[in-house]
Amino acid sequence: MVDFFLWMSIALGIMILICLHRGIRGPGFLNRIVAVNVIGTKIVIVLAFMGFIYNRIELFVDICVVYALLNFIGTLAAAKYLERKGTL
Amino acid sequence: MIDEVAAAAMILIGVFLFASGTLGLIRLPDFYCRMHATGKCDTLGALFALLGLAVYNGWNLVSLKIVFIVAFIFIANPTATHAIGRAALLNRVRPWMKEGGPAEHGAPNRGREK
Repeated sequence: MVDFFLWMSIALGIMILICLHRGIRGPGFLNRIVAVNVIGTKIVIVLAFMGFIYNRIELFVDICVVYALLNFIGTLAAAKYLERKGTL
Repeated sequence: MIDEVAAAAMILIGVFLFASGTLGLIRLPDFYCRMHATGKCDTLGALFALLGLAVYNGWNLVSLKIVFIVAFIFIANPTATHAIGRAALLNRVRPWMKEGGPAEHGAPNRGREK
């Protein structure tokens, strides 16, 4: 089962790299914000997988909570700033 | 045994949804279309993957925290997507139109104070 978690983590890592392509090259700031939001959601799942791989899930689940909160706050702050100013 | 099979099936469904969301983020032509793909697929993929992990873990405090993360993502991710879409609409980002379609009809034309 640990091997299964490891392969799923590798698949999610490849998807994160593909999303990073959109985050780097995507036209405009809005595409980049969407890509960063998607990458943050995938990172939460990868952190939960890593907790089960290292057998330290009671430690990693708190990091997952904090990462989900920070991802939401960062995306919302960037969106509200763009709504007010129009550009970065 | 049956727990592991159920957990593996739910995690596979979640990773498939993540893959479809990534494909939409890369291949779709417009900002709104990309947000349409990622906003739903990421929320449901996170739901299935984390609930699969909770089923694999069993009944304890860690599973309760994982379910809390699922509930938080289920509230927060559509809110963030809606905020980004509202910012794009108020900054007059034109949606992608088909050739020969109603070019002026669906364009957002709202003022910034409304």
